[in-house]
Amino acid sequence: MADINYLPGKEPHAREHRMIFRNVDRAGWDTSIATYLKEGGYEQLKAALKMEPKAVTEEVKKAGVRGRGGAGFPAGLKWTFIPPNNTKPVYLICNADESEPGTFKDRYIIHQDPHQLIEGMAIACFAVGAKLAYIYIREEFPEGAKILEKAIAEAREKGFLGKNIQGTGFDLEIYVHRGAGAYICGEETGLIESLEGKRPYPRIKPPYFPAAMGLYLCPTIVNNVETLCHVKHIIQMGGDEYAKLGTPNNTGTRILCVSGDVQKPGYFEVQVGKVTMGELIHDMCGGLKPGRKLKAVIPGGSSAKVLRGGEVFKIKRGDAMVDVSLEDIPMDFDTLAACGSMAGSGGVIVIDDSRSISWVLNNLNAFYAHESCGQCTPCREGSLWMKKITDRLVAGQGAPGDIDTLDSVARQIDGRTICAFGEACSWPTEAFVAKFRDELVADTNPGTADAIVNRETLLAAANLAQ
Amino acid sequence: MSEELVSVQIDGEWHQFPKGTRMIEACRQAGREVPHYCYHPKLSSPGNCRMCLVEMGMPPRPKPGEELPLDEAGHPPIQWMPRPVIACANTVAPNMGIRTDSPLTNACRQGVMELLLINHPLDCPICDQAGECSLQEFSVEHGRGESRFREQKVKKPKNVDIGPRVRLDDERCIMCSRCIRFTDEIADDPVLGFTDRGSHTVLTVHPGQQLANNYSLNTVDICPVGALTSNDFRFQMRVWFLKETNTIDTNCATGANIVVYSRENVIYRITPRQNNEVNSDWMPDSHRLNFHWINSELRLTAPLVRENGVFRECSWAESLQVAADRLRSYAGGDIAIIVSARLTNEELLMAKRLAALLGTDLIAAVPRTGEADNYLVSADRNPNMNGVKLILGLDDPVAKLGEIRSGLAGGTVRALIVLQENVIDDAGFTAEELGRADFVLSTYPLANPTADASDVVLPGACWAEKSGTMINVTGRLQRLKRAIDGPGLTLEPWELLRDLIQALGGGNGIYSADELFKQLTHDYPEFAGLTLSQVGDLGVPLIETGQTIPLIERERERKARGIIVG
Repeated sequence: MADINYLPGKEPHAREHRMIFRNVDRAGWDTSIATYLKEGGYEQLKAALKMEPKAVTEEVKKAGVRGRGGAGFPAGLKWTFIPPNNTKPVYLICNADESEPGTFKDRYIIHQDPHQLIEGMAIACFAVGAKLAYIYIREEFPEGAKILEKAIAEAREKGFLGKNIQGTGFDLEIYVHRGAGAYICGEETGLIESLEGKRPYPRIKPPYFPAAMGLYLCPTIVNNVETLCHVKHIIQMGGDEYAKLGTPNNTGTRILCVSGDVQKPGYFEVQVGKVTMGELIHDMCGGLKPGRKLKAVIPGGSSAKVLRGGEVFKIKRGDAMVDVSLEDIPMDFDTLAACGSMAGSGGVIVIDDSRSISWVLNNLNAFYAHESCGQCTPCREGSLWMKKITDRLVAGQGAPGDIDTLDSVARQIDGRTICAFGEACSWPTEAFVAKFRDELVADTNPGTADAIVNRETLLAAANLAQ
Repeated sequence: MSEELVSVQIDGEWHQFPKGTRMIEACRQAGREVPHYCYHPKLSSPGNCRMCLVEMGMPPRPKPGEELPLDEAGHPPIQWMPRPVIACANTVAPNMGIRTDSPLTNACRQGVMELLLINHPLDCPICDQAGECSLQEFSVEHGRGESRFREQKVKKPKNVDIGPRVRLDDERCIMCSRCIRFTDEIADDPVLGFTDRGSHTVLTVHPGQQLANNYSLNTVDICPVGALTSNDFRFQMRVWFLKETNTIDTNCATGANIVVYSRENVIYRITPRQNNEVNSDWMPDSHRLNFHWINSELRLTAPLVRENGVFRECSWAESLQVAADRLRSYAGGDIAIIVSARLTNEELLMAKRLAALLGTDLIAAVPRTGEADNYLVSADRNPNMNGVKLILGLDDPVAKLGEIRSGLAGGTVRALIVLQENVIDDAGFTAEELGRADFVLSTYPLANPTADASDVVLPGACWAEKSGTMINVTGRLQRLKRAIDGPGLTLEPWELLRDLIQALGGGNGIYSADELFKQLTHDYPEFAGLTLSQVGDLGVPLIETGQTIPLIERERERKARGIIVG
């Protein structure tokens, strides 16, 4: 294989391990199937089609690849949840609704290497027995949708999609479905409802586990774009070989998207757990801006719980528990979970000491209040309440007691909603209050409590001021 | 649902429930009511209000080779989950534990209550739902009692006209989606939905559409708050002033079970009453709203006797004496009786006795038919045609109407008794035809053309003013119960028939409708052994008719598929 040249200024960092992003920002690369085929494209599909579907699933299980959309659930295991005695059609859905703030990896796959995704999807469909697959792409990616449409047409023309693929008798159609601009459509059951043409109200689980009762109440596998791309590489490498990438139980590579207060934000494909937070920020991202100190990091998309600069975390190293700083945390699923946050969708948001925590929290609260679908009570009412409290905080009208109220509202949401949005909208508040209470309290105004409830204010609010 | 029973611990006590029972129903059966808003046993369960969150536990999974220690009664220990679960959509599992009164469960309820109220108007005194509002009730039980909410509430549309009979206040809506599910799943008219999102979500009617189907008012009944109100009832009366009477609808042969809400002999509202064999929890708007005429100025309030072509009000004794004297002057074969299929079985029995006393067998009933709607409205718009057939022993009670008409034309029918019907408007008779009879006695609640053509007019109570039993389209015996008193001197039809029979010299010692029911159990094998308390509020199957109620059939099918609890 020829040496790969990347566009000037877009070369991968030395710590990167480019696999999924091998062709992203690559000189001379385009999205056509001709380009893709020149580099061995669709060979893994051909190889997989010669295998037993169960054997494909087995390789993915052996690879241990965990979902890259946010929950980090083992993909191969998810595939086995389709009821064994199923007689209904099986669907596969590629979740391309990439909408967790701080996350911008799937868009590059779609925009620059669409055939990788289609090949991964075709292999996954073959493994789970799906003859119909959908790519649910967020409304904000109109170009991406066009590129995918073109790529699907090309793949069809070349016999990688459609009837009797490569003469194996396997049929598959993939359709692109564009969303309408709602974060909740990234929640898999909300996505399914949307795909069915309804409001994307997430379904209750039980009973509506997608693998058993998904799209049109048929077994449905929903995987993230990046996850499905990994399937291709797993077939190429073999599950065991793939599992050697990364660290145990945190295998493979993953794309970290760094945004915020660093010199060089961007995307970095690394072996899971082989890079620490410090290496990511200080080396790969060129460090903080001059003269700034690291205040906080949100490590896995905006809903992940914030980690404070200078905080000491207890993690397992070998058999021992050791204390590590924020910078020493290896970027893998298990460690970030042990540190009280999550690897989530890979969106790393860096916050330096120039930022007001009240402002940051208000920004997150505003997003979640705007995106709450409104189906279930705690999230619908609580997300806007939290936003309104931090609105006042930012405007200098917060009362000292508001911080406790804020925290208590978040805890009235967490764990009590239909879908994980409840946690997504409450975790930022819980974590920021837990770790930055002093700063939040400092932003309150002790005189506000009376100002809000005194008689004059009430009369003025009712246009009855005397 | 299989018959297999599973053991479930609820608040420390073990119970057994059929496998597949929803947790919320299991708790209810165990006497531990779980508060809820969105859950309705007749609708799908979206689990959106989160009010029914309860603490749940299961036995720990034993390690390989390990046996769980069992308590004295043989139950395994329960490992309580940190995360609450909704009781409405989850079913019980073997050895499950449920806590409906634990710190976690109570914290969930208090949290949901607070969140439901922060953007809800706190103006109960001017809300029509006050007094029957789940928000009020659960707020008392589970609320904080004070507000921590210092922000501006979300503003939403108020007093929205979403259809001819239902009005919407979006600020009061708690987004439980019951109405949306009802219109979609039961009424097959999915015109309601939510728009916008988050806290700004509003219930709305589809652009260009109206909530106008004949079942629209059921959404008002199932709305747990004051978001949907009835144009007919809103602001007419505070509900706590209303007397509730369990009775049945008489607008068609289905005989929907209803509650009549009245105060000081005025009916203000009618709502359906659950009967899974008859009307489920629903009723048609057309039937529900057909009561305002009861309070009409056209009501007959005293017996009338025609003298020299002019009606004169008189006492019951006098009017019945006039009627009896006139009737006695005819041979039985000269007399015809037209009964109403709106009469109760007891009244029909009295009509039969009257016929026997007068010696006539020329007796017929007025048919009323329309189109069946494939839900609850029967093609037979009479409530008790099955009773007419059974009590009078007629296969075709309508057939003899023609004989009576030709008898009037031919002069063989010289006296006509019309019981609770207006044969001119409702059976195609003409005033001229009636005029050929020598003597016409009619009873009816309202002034009407048949009364105008009568010699003696008696004020008979309407359905809401009388008690008795009727037999519905499926052959079910159901109780009609007196909700209000008739105006003026109005008597229940069985009473005036009793008095007429007595005036004719045929005393029978019957003083109450209940005694008439006892007579029925003597006279008719179908009624043998029945008591009114057995018939109860929900009725009993009496005869086989081979007829079914379409909505009920569909509900059974949905229940069998596990979509609803039923």
